[in-house]
Order: sequence, then C-alpha cells, then structure tokens
Amino acid sequence: MTHDLSEAIANNREPENNWREYFSFSTDHKVIGVQYMVMTFIFFLLGGLLAMIIRAELLTPEANLVDRPLYNGLFTMHGTIMIFLWIIPFNAGLSNYLVPLMIGARDMAFPLLNAISFWILPPAGLLLLSSFLLPNGTAQAGWWSYPPVSLQVPAGQLINGQFIWIVSLVLIGISSIMGAVNFVTTIFWMRSPGMTFFRMPVFVWSVFSAQLLQLINLPSLTGALILLLLDLSFGTQFFKPEGSGDPIIYQHLFWFYSHPAVYIMALPAFGIIAEVLPAFARNPLFGYRSVAIATLGIAGISIFVWVHHMFTSATPGWMRMTFMATSMLVAIPTGVKAFAWTATIWRSKLHLETPMLFAMGGAAMFIFGGVTGVMLAATPFDIHVNNTYFVVGHFHYIVFNTITMAIFAGIYFWFPKITGRMYAEGWGKLHFWLTFIPANITFFSMHPLGLQGMLRRISSYDPQYQGWNVIASLGSFLLGASTLPFIANIVGSWLYGAKAVDNPWHATGLEWTTSSPPPRDNFEEIPIVKRPPYDYGDPKYSFVENSDDDE
Amino acid sequence: MFSFWEYVLIAFYVAGLLIVSRWIGQQAFSWMPPQATAEAQRVDDLFSFLVSIGAFILLGLVGVMVYAIAFHRAPPEDYTEGHPSRGNGKLEILWTATPTLLVIWIAFQSFNIYQQLNILGLNQIVHLHAPLESAPAYAANVSDIPKPASETIDVFVRQWDWSFRYSNNLTTKELHLPLNRSTRLKMQAEKVIHGFYIPEFRLKQDIVPGRNIDIVITPIRSGKYRLKDSQFSGTYFALMEADVYVESLDKYNQWLAQTVSSETTNTKNQAVAENIQPPKTLFKSGWYTVAPAQPAVANQRKIDNDT
Repeated sequence: MTHDLSEAIANNREPENNWREYFSFSTDHKVIGVQYMVMTFIFFLLGGLLAMIIRAELLTPEANLVDRPLYNGLFTMHGTIMIFLWIIPFNAGLSNYLVPLMIGARDMAFPLLNAISFWILPPAGLLLLSSFLLPNGTAQAGWWSYPPVSLQVPAGQLINGQFIWIVSLVLIGISSIMGAVNFVTTIFWMRSPGMTFFRMPVFVWSVFSAQLLQLINLPSLTGALILLLLDLSFGTQFFKPEGSGDPIIYQHLFWFYSHPAVYIMALPAFGIIAEVLPAFARNPLFGYRSVAIATLGIAGISIFVWVHHMFTSATPGWMRMTFMATSMLVAIPTGVKAFAWTATIWRSKLHLETPMLFAMGGAAMFIFGGVTGVMLAATPFDIHVNNTYFVVGHFHYIVFNTITMAIFAGIYFWFPKITGRMYAEGWGKLHFWLTFIPANITFFSMHPLGLQGMLRRISSYDPQYQGWNVIASLGSFLLGASTLPFIANIVGSWLYGAKAVDNPWHATGLEWTTSSPPPRDNFEEIPIVKRPPYDYGDPKYSFVENSDDDE
Repeated sequence: MFSFWEYVLIAFYVAGLLIVSRWIGQQAFSWMPPQATAEAQRVDDLFSFLVSIGAFILLGLVGVMVYAIAFHRAPPEDYTEGHPSRGNGKLEILWTATPTLLVIWIAFQSFNIYQQLNILGLNQIVHLHAPLESAPAYAANVSDIPKPASETIDVFVRQWDWSFRYSNNLTTKELHLPLNRSTRLKMQAEKVIHGFYIPEFRLKQDIVPGRNIDIVITPIRSGKYRLKDSQFSGTYFALMEADVYVESLDKYNQWLAQTVSSETTNTKNQAVAENIQPPKTLFKSGWYTVAPAQPAVANQRKIDNDT
C-alpha cells in the first residue's frame, strides 16, 4: 500500500520507497544506517573484485596476469577497503539502525554528528579509489604500510598513492571517532526507562564494547599515520632507520589499534549471532549475563595483546612471553561465548531460515578461526607461520567466514524491519550454500599452504604450492559469484517483496515492537522495559499471535 | 538437566572425541615440511598438541550443532520454546574454567618449548632494556642471547638480494651450513625490513635496518632448502629467495675451499633481470618501483685476507 507524502508526515511515518531520502543529508539514524550499509556493500563488491584478481594471479606459480607493482597495489587496496570501508563502517551502519531501536530511543544522542560522520566516508572512499588513476598508482606497502617500505615513493611527487592512502585513512578514522562518541553516549544516556544494562540485548553490549575500543585505541593509529605522513612528505625521521627513527615504533602504534580493530569488527558480529540464534532456536540466550560480561572482557583483554603480531619483529623474549600469555587469555571470554551459543541451540526448536543458517555457519567457522588463533598466540608455532598463508587463512576465517557471514545473517534477519518487506527464502538459502561451501574451500586451503611455508603478499611462488592455490582460487571465484543471488534477492525483495509483519520471527527485543519499517521517531511512545532480554520461554513470543498477518 | 542415557551418550561422545582428536593431532606432523633443525621437532610437537586440543574443541562444539540440526528441528509453524532455561551456574563456571585451564596448559607448554629453542636471539634489545633496574629477573630465563656458535656467517640483505660472507671472507649468493654444528648468523639489512625464513627450520626473524640481529641455528638434516624473505619488502618481494645447502662438515669445508678456487659466478639476480626486462603480464601498470640494488660481487674473496 503506498502512502501519500503528506499522509505519511501526518502519520509520523516514513513515506514508502522514498529513495531520495537515502541520498540526502538526513539526521535520522535509520536513514544514516541504510546509507552506511548500502555504501559499504558497494565497497565490499569492489574489494571482492580485487581479491578475485589477486586469486587469478595466484592460479599459476609465475607472475603472468598483473605486473608486480600492480599486484602489490591490489592486495594493499583489498585489505584497506575490506577493513576500513566494508566491515567497520558496515557495523557502524547496522549499529546506527538498530541501537536506538533496541534501547528504546528516538534517535542517536547527536543526530547531526551522526550525519557528518557518515558523510565523511564517501569522499574518503572516493579519494582512496582515485589513487588508481595516479601515474604511479595506489599505495603498494600493504594495509599495514610498515615503514620504511611505505616511505619509498617516487621522488618529487608530493601526491602519491601512499600520501592519498594516509589522508583517506585519517579521514575515515575521524569519522569513526565521531561515531564512537555518539554510540557510547547514546548507549549510556538514551536507554528507555527500565532498560538497565543487564536488560540490553547482547548486540548493544557488543556495539558498546567495540565503540569503547574505537575511542581508546583509534587515536594511536591516527597518530601513527600522521607521523608516517610527516616522514613521507615533510622530511621528518620518526620511523626512518637511516636517520634517528625506529620503524618498529610504527608497528607498535599500528597494532595497538589494529589488533583491537579485529574485535571492533568481530564483536558486533558476535552480537548479531547472539540475536539470531535464540530467535530461531526458540530458547533464551543461555548464560546471558556471562555472555554480556564476556563481551566487555574481550574488549578489555584485546587492548593488551598487540605484540603477538610482532613476535618476529625484533621483539625480545620477555615481550614475546608476556604477550603470548595475554593473547591466550582472549580464548577464555570467547570460549564462554561459543559455549553459550552451543548451549542455546541444545534441546531447541530450530528453524533453519536464512539468518539462522548464516548465524550457525558463522558460529561454527568462528570456532575454527578461534582455534587457529590460539595456535598463533603460541610463540614458537607463530614464529614458523607468521606472515604465511596460515595467518591469511586464520584471518579470513574470522573476517569473512565469521564476521561477513554474521553480517549476512543480520541483513536477512532485520531486512523485514528495515524495508517492511520479506526477502525470498529460497534465494537466501541458495546464497548461504554458495557462500558457506566456497568460503571454506577458499580459506581452508590457505592453512596447509602456510604450514608448508608459502608467504603472504608474494605475486609468484614455488611450483610445489600450486595445488592448494588452484583450489583456493577456484573457491574464491565461486565466492564472488555467490553475491549475485544476494543482490538479486535484496534489490528484488526491497522493490517487490511481500509485505512484512512487524515481527515475522516472533523475536524478542524492542525493535520488533514497532512497525516495519519503523516511523520517524521509532516508537509511538517510548517503551517501558519490564522484561529480561531473550524472553523466549514466554508464551507471548512462543505462540503465533499475529498469525493472520503471517502467510 | 540431563537424563541417565544422555549422560551415557555424552560420555561416549567425549571418549570418541578424545580418540579422534588425538589421531588428528598425530596427523599434524605430516602437514609440516621436513624437520631440518632440532627446533623444528620441538615446534612440531607443540603444533601437534595444539591441533589435538583444537580438534577436540572444534569437533565437540560443531558436533553439538550438527546434532541439534539433525534432531531438534521444529515444524514450520511451531514457535513454542525449546527449553526456556536462562542459564546454569555450575555449567557456566565449568565452561569458564575449562578454557582457562586449557589456556594455562597451552601457555605452559609453549613457554617450555620456547625456552628449548636456541635459534632466537636479539642481542641489541637486551642492551636496550638492561639499564632499567626493574628489569624482571625472569627475563634472564627467556634468553635473548644466542648460545656460542662454532661457525659465524654474515648475512646481508637488501632490495632484493641475499648475500652471505663466511669466515674466510668468501661471499656467496647461496647459504651453506655445516650439519649438526651451531652456526651464528649475523644479519644486517640495508634499507627496509626483511625477514629470514627457512620453512624446514621453523625459523623466522625480521632483520631491521640499523640493527645487528644475531641468531644461532643448528641444522640436523642435510639437503637443499629455500631461504625466503618473510617480511614484505617492496616490488620484487616474491623473488627474494636463496638456496640453502646443509651438508656434512667435511663437504662444507670442501665447498668453502673449492668455491674459493673455482671462482664461479652464478650471480644472476632475478629482481635485476625483471627490472630490466619485466615478464609478460596481461595487465601492465608501469607503476613506480625502487630499482633493485646492483648485484654484489659474489663467490669472490679478497685474496689478502685469505691465508
């Protein structure tokens, strides 16, 4: 049913299909959330395309598809885009959409700041991409941009790929810090009456923890990048070994942010899994309080583990042992989470709709990635596989097989809420299987390669490594193709999908108590929370009360 | 919470898991390259141990998920609850304690093995933190000073070329190491950070320009290996490889003597060659690259210093 604009305003509701809104400087957290999600998905497609070119190059041992500088630029941009323009800002978008709805607020604490933090991103992203057009191309030093390699740029060119890389990352960092201030303030001060901390959904806990990490650790990266820029373009010698600088200091500053960044990406994904599993298992989230505390615990510990990325970087023995111990501590709260998810599924009534498939798939893959993560924390083993494909495989089990799968779970789960329409279930399931199987083919293959000693970032390799590389590459092409049914489903369903009821999954949580899509101010009146979260034992959510709306 | 038969089932499941994960742990040795140093044996023992524990956890949890998918499916319209229990204090303490104990066990094993490794050493860092009077006593246990070695070889690394200088001042492009003898490698990098890595040695160490980094290695298996650059070093990073020969002391000494007399020059540097004539690739960007260092004079020695 289409609403007239004036009628929509009178009813305090968003006019349907008002796509122009999404291109405007809106201060509505829901519009901003969708803006983030759509824009970052475009970057995800670009980053994925770069990955497929990389994998195409690695089909054969020789360098025969792209020349070496271009290859170096491709993996640099792939990593940068996927981390800084896909996962982190996508999470910001989903959190933007959901957090005020989940805590019973009308909007974020600072709506204008919210809009500004989004609108910094498109120019920053375009700036980064524009470096492909420079005569000497993009940055080529990898997403870590370790000096001195990152300081080796063409003489006499102030504007080079590395310069642009740093400037766009600083912009993205500013946007993230603005967002973090907004999220932390919102969650702290804007909760509706009765929404105590231990009534907050785990997703809100995870956003809170992740954004605290952004506030504490991101300034370290921004500082490192500014010093790198000064070294690069203004003749300082912070990191230059031929002067008085020390390149290892950069590594400390970089990983002080970039290790917690993994949790800034992963925590919201864990939050999504914690929302989806109980809804489709029809069980309360088992051990809710310990899961909530574990979320904060992961954030807390992850601040003190960064040196495990530097076990081979001229790091002395006492530091190796200290950070081995702290890195392994992360396994305790993450273990608590994994056990709680499993116990939630135990003796449940499983509904295997698409969000559940992605959430369970993501959870299972996280256990694999977590196990290899503990291995990497063990210094003697890490020394062997550091900078090999074992690490690449482990990392992608986390960032793709866990986080991106969880993101897909979240997209399908909240799609009816965001668009007011249902997605096509069959296409969703097809998308799941086309993602889950190739993702495992692609990223599992990297582990044996790494154990055998194949290094990351090489554009040609010894012929002995070809077998697993071919398997990984073919998997990656399938993985790329898996996005096609997803795009068709999402676009088609958004335009023509069946109308969704307010709570199609019979889920708990305040966001399901308002209409789909929610009105401008989210709720007719601010809800008063009197129930614990994940109240799935309650008949209210157990029986199909609005079955007449539900086909 | 569980019935008698469920306890029996769980006991069988755990027993099966223990057997299977132990077996997978044993397989892990075959996933690694050959063990060419004593350190490699230690690292592989640790890896096997980690794989056993990892397999137990992974199969245990995924097994429960698969079990639920097989036996706990709800009919499409059934939205009633499964088991509305919100938690279980004992169980939660148990599964917090379990990973804690596992982590302590893993950390203890890793620490032990780390102490048995003689390959790691970073002299200069010790000097950096030595002035701190509060330097903890245990730091001495985690030795940063490599043990004395019977041979010393200088390793020079630059974009993109390895070279090795032996005690008799011979400089070569390939690394020769005597079998069962501890050899000290004194490593120096020129402009950027490189990494010294031989997979069969399970050994990796970044070489930071401006620092002297020493490591001591004792190969225990003769053969030919490949030395790789493990830290991204720019355009021709993938070409930064060198041959490593481990041979008996006699053969090693013979080689040292013969190479001096033969003065062969197999100094073809692939990075230099590619810089002059790039390989035919489908896409050519022509983007900036640092010019490779000119090849060092190889397989040559200064006669003056030789006795």
